[in-house]
Amino acid sequence: MTILLSIIVGLGLFFLVGFAGRTALQAAAPAHHKPMFREMPLTASFGLAVILFYVAVAILAPAIAPFGEGEVLGAQYLPWAAPHYLGTDKLGRDMLTRLIYGARNTVGIAFATTALAFVVGSVLGIWAALVGGRLDQFLSRFVDALMAIPALIFSLLLLTIFGTSVLTLILVIAAVDATRVYRLARSVAQGIVVMDYIEAARLRGEGIWRLIRREILPNAMAPLVAEFGLRFCFVFLSISALSFLGLGIKPPTADWGSMVRENATLITFGDITPLLPAGAIALLTVAVNFVVDWQLHRASGLKE
Amino acid sequence: MNEIWLMIGQRLLLGLLTLFIISVVIFGATELLPGDLARELLGQSATEETLAALREQLGLNDPAPLRYWNWLTGVLQGDFGVSMATKKPISELVGARLGNTLFLALYAAALSVPLSLLLGVLAALWRNSIFDRASNALALTAISFPEFFVAYILVLWLAQTGLFPSMVRITSATTTGDLLYSAFLPALTLTLVVTAHMMRMTRAAIINLLASPYIEMARLKGLSPMRVVLRHAVPNALAPIINVVALNLAYLITGVVVVEVVFVYPGLGQLMIDAVTNRDIAVVQAIALIFASAYVLLNLIADVLSTITNPRLMHRK
Amino acid sequence: MEKPVLLTIKGLQIEGRSGDAWHPIVKGVDLTLHKGEVLGLIGESGAGKSTLGLAAMGFARDGCRISGGTIDFDGIDLRTAPEAKRRGLRGKRIAYVAQSAAASFNPAHKLIDQYCEGPVVHGVMSREKAEADAVELYRRMRLPNSEEIGFRYPHQVSGGQLQRAMTAMAMACRPDLIIFDEPTTALDVTTQIEVLAAIRDIVRQFGTAAIYITHDLAVVAQMADRIKVLLRGDEVEEADTRSMLAAPRQDYTRSLWAVRSFARAEQPPATGTPVVSVRNVTAAYGAVDVLKNVSFDIHARRTVAVVGESGSGKSTTARVITGLLPPRKGEVLFNGKVLPPNFKARSREELRQCQMIYQMADTALNPKLRLRELIGRPAEMYLGLRGKALETRIRDLLALIELEPDKYIDRLPSELSGGQKQRIGIARALAAEPQLIICDEVTSALDQIVQEGILKLLNRLQGELNLAYMFITHDLATVKSIADKVVVMQHGAVVERGPKAALFADPKEDYTNLLLSSVPEMDPDWLNRLLAARGGHA
Repeated sequence: MTILLSIIVGLGLFFLVGFAGRTALQAAAPAHHKPMFREMPLTASFGLAVILFYVAVAILAPAIAPFGEGEVLGAQYLPWAAPHYLGTDKLGRDMLTRLIYGARNTVGIAFATTALAFVVGSVLGIWAALVGGRLDQFLSRFVDALMAIPALIFSLLLLTIFGTSVLTLILVIAAVDATRVYRLARSVAQGIVVMDYIEAARLRGEGIWRLIRREILPNAMAPLVAEFGLRFCFVFLSISALSFLGLGIKPPTADWGSMVRENATLITFGDITPLLPAGAIALLTVAVNFVVDWQLHRASGLKE
Repeated sequence: MNEIWLMIGQRLLLGLLTLFIISVVIFGATELLPGDLARELLGQSATEETLAALREQLGLNDPAPLRYWNWLTGVLQGDFGVSMATKKPISELVGARLGNTLFLALYAAALSVPLSLLLGVLAALWRNSIFDRASNALALTAISFPEFFVAYILVLWLAQTGLFPSMVRITSATTTGDLLYSAFLPALTLTLVVTAHMMRMTRAAIINLLASPYIEMARLKGLSPMRVVLRHAVPNALAPIINVVALNLAYLITGVVVVEVVFVYPGLGQLMIDAVTNRDIAVVQAIALIFASAYVLLNLIADVLSTITNPRLMHRK
Repeated sequence: MEKPVLLTIKGLQIEGRSGDAWHPIVKGVDLTLHKGEVLGLIGESGAGKSTLGLAAMGFARDGCRISGGTIDFDGIDLRTAPEAKRRGLRGKRIAYVAQSAAASFNPAHKLIDQYCEGPVVHGVMSREKAEADAVELYRRMRLPNSEEIGFRYPHQVSGGQLQRAMTAMAMACRPDLIIFDEPTTALDVTTQIEVLAAIRDIVRQFGTAAIYITHDLAVVAQMADRIKVLLRGDEVEEADTRSMLAAPRQDYTRSLWAVRSFARAEQPPATGTPVVSVRNVTAAYGAVDVLKNVSFDIHARRTVAVVGESGSGKSTTARVITGLLPPRKGEVLFNGKVLPPNFKARSREELRQCQMIYQMADTALNPKLRLRELIGRPAEMYLGLRGKALETRIRDLLALIELEPDKYIDRLPSELSGGQKQRIGIARALAAEPQLIICDEVTSALDQIVQEGILKLLNRLQGELNLAYMFITHDLATVKSIADKVVVMQHGAVVERGPKAALFADPKEDYTNLLLSSVPEMDPDWLNRLLAARGGHA
């Protein structure tokens, strides 16, 4: 019964947020972007609305959280009742407060990591595709070898050696992820490099930098942006998994992955509180995936 | 035909080369550390004697190539060295657990591969139908869920009611039947995550082909939609589908780590997490090498299989 | 005496979807086809010929729908008939031959398996009988090794042979009607003859009715009893082949005919130092020589056409001149001075002197740049123009290629038609103020009327700007209209060269003769005469 009920409530919320999001976006969008939002599927408007909500929570965290991030306030594992609307955790900290701060910490770290991986991976990838020859061979074989080791396993190996602090976590995950971005950026750029307009620009005598900036990048943006969304999901899930395993973001920093780990025992008693941070992770990833899916669909549809 | 064997031989050699490079990377990663590994492991408070003892134990006084050589020859004979934390030979620690992890991965693969291929083909066949849209949205959702979220939801729904155990215990008395029952939830978790990926990619591979002129030709020959997909699209989609399956089986290897922790499943993943927490480098290196080898092997098999399903390569001009 | 009617289409309307909106592709076309009759459907791209042809099978591509009218095939209404019934007709009573046989045969199955599939699925004959029948039809289609060719995979058979195998496959159930959708467009001219002859013979032998779709008037003149001209989804006119060719009634039809009549007078041979001089060039990709000892000159105000079929090395020659492929032997001279073989070693001035126009304007223009930058960049780079001067120059160039500057200067390539894009390619080349322009199949991707506009423009510019043109093409009609001198290439070597008039009137080499005689002419008796002259069949 509860399963059925939760599915119905979930679907109801989905449609509500989807419709409301689409209406709001259409109203807010500048005139020349309006058609794009009118044809937007419900999944995409739901995703966009959820992403905007997360960003707002992350930015406003100190203002909206009822208590301090690491404040120990009372007994452990308090049930859901005012003033602790979602109860307390195993150290007696307010769950709702930590969930709100988690948006800031977990999402922020994942975003910084993705951005780092992206800049390094895409610049190297496009460069390799354009220059070709030995440089391309060397970089690509090196990346191939790194990619032959499963990402999580490689991260675990590096974390063992360098230890687990937030900075090493960001660097390690970014390094592992940059290999994947490199691959994509290189293959996208290779598709563009063979075009006649690149040949024309080369025969004109244009330099490498101008070729990348004016001729290649504008044409590679659409797939790269979509890839950024996918990579963000992947990084976000990886960091959460590592935190859950006790190897990622460490207490007392509020983080969704480690919150699940710390309070997991409650689940065996049928208490769903530890699932809330897990659900928060899932919801954001779903939202990003929905938006990326829509963008990819649009890109492929426009091509034909 | 000789060219095919030549090509397969080349792939095998390339696979071996990849494995070699991986072993260098896994071993050499410790060399990246700016300071001394022994001090890094024991912390600043360690005395000179304990540091020296650890260096001796890890063979840190030898030059790196020699240490690599000793390590590699050991590994090839099944000797991974000794765990620092437990003082036991690593091969002993790994032995039984490797079997357990393989069992779990195969269990999940046996459930997910047929299921996802079936769903993927059906979604492609009925594309843009309600079934297609719903399964697509569901798959996207499942992909987005962290494994531990899926695992705990299953625990909440299926273990709370007492249908399945939420923890897996394996003793010498455990029969295969018991194991299939008690490992059902971890296997189901992995299945859900992997099936979504595989289904989406299978669907995409087939739909990609449905736009080709020879599919239109098949339809214009008056063939039924089922025959068009099964006889004309699927044989050409084999290579991409094989790669999809390999990619996802490889993904299972990674997924196993988290799932084993949730269900306290006595496999390699658990062992690896413990070793990472204790910074027991030799154990981490050994398990990383095992996982990476499985990964390379899977990709190699996929590569060879997609070569032999390609008529252009099988039947030269 | 009139034969019984096989297919009647009345007021047919077909729509295609773009985004959420439907727009018309075919706008109320009528069509009647009698048993054993061949109807030619002719028109430019976007005329709706293929869509109409498929509709005759009761079929609409994904993203298209039949929205009005009736399709009656031998008493069966193909619009209202259940899908199962339509499926029963397709391949059995109505068959289809696609433009690219290489793409339309399934790469995973042998030819004969694909042949037998139709007859067996439709229950026309057993597998054994179908196999024997296939060999017989392959023989009639004059395929070499008809006994064993069916047991090959599509990639093991050449394009011309595949097209014949596909026609045989369409014949497998002895249909009443075959739709031929541009079956020879992708083939070289010398291969095209064999396929045309084979298709025509087999259709006549079995008395099959056919709809023959093409954009090539001369081809349809050989194949069809009647011709219907389409323009943007509407019928322009219809008449039997001979009267249509002799006296087209509509202006549009006449304009299609007129394209072939543009020809500029051949300029007398030039003297003095040639602008570009290719001397004994041998070039290779890897270990294979793709150019063998190629030499020719191009003078200012002259057009040299380099002609050959696919793989003859004509585009490779252009790559050697531009410096993309440094030759293994020989050299390229510009105004009597040797050019560095690799473009990277050439000075900016040397790069400026030689510009290129590409076949596909879609891939030759960066889709994300506006015309201002596309055209302006060479002027900015080579001539150092900035600000006002640059703006004026861009506007002058747009005016020169007959595009209104105010309207077009800030557009993206995607906001232009095919012909306009090609004009931008020309303007970009002119912006560098070069002496030589290499035109690589610049008209091949365009409709005939648009082609004529481009050729006339190039011709005018040559006179005004003193340009030398190297014209790479496989289309001899283009050569006839614009060249002064012709260089014929085959397998990477120059077969013959000479002034246009002399070469066309009296070719010295067998290959030149074969090439020239293979170009279809408007005369409906041309194919018969040619086959008779060549003795039997090609």
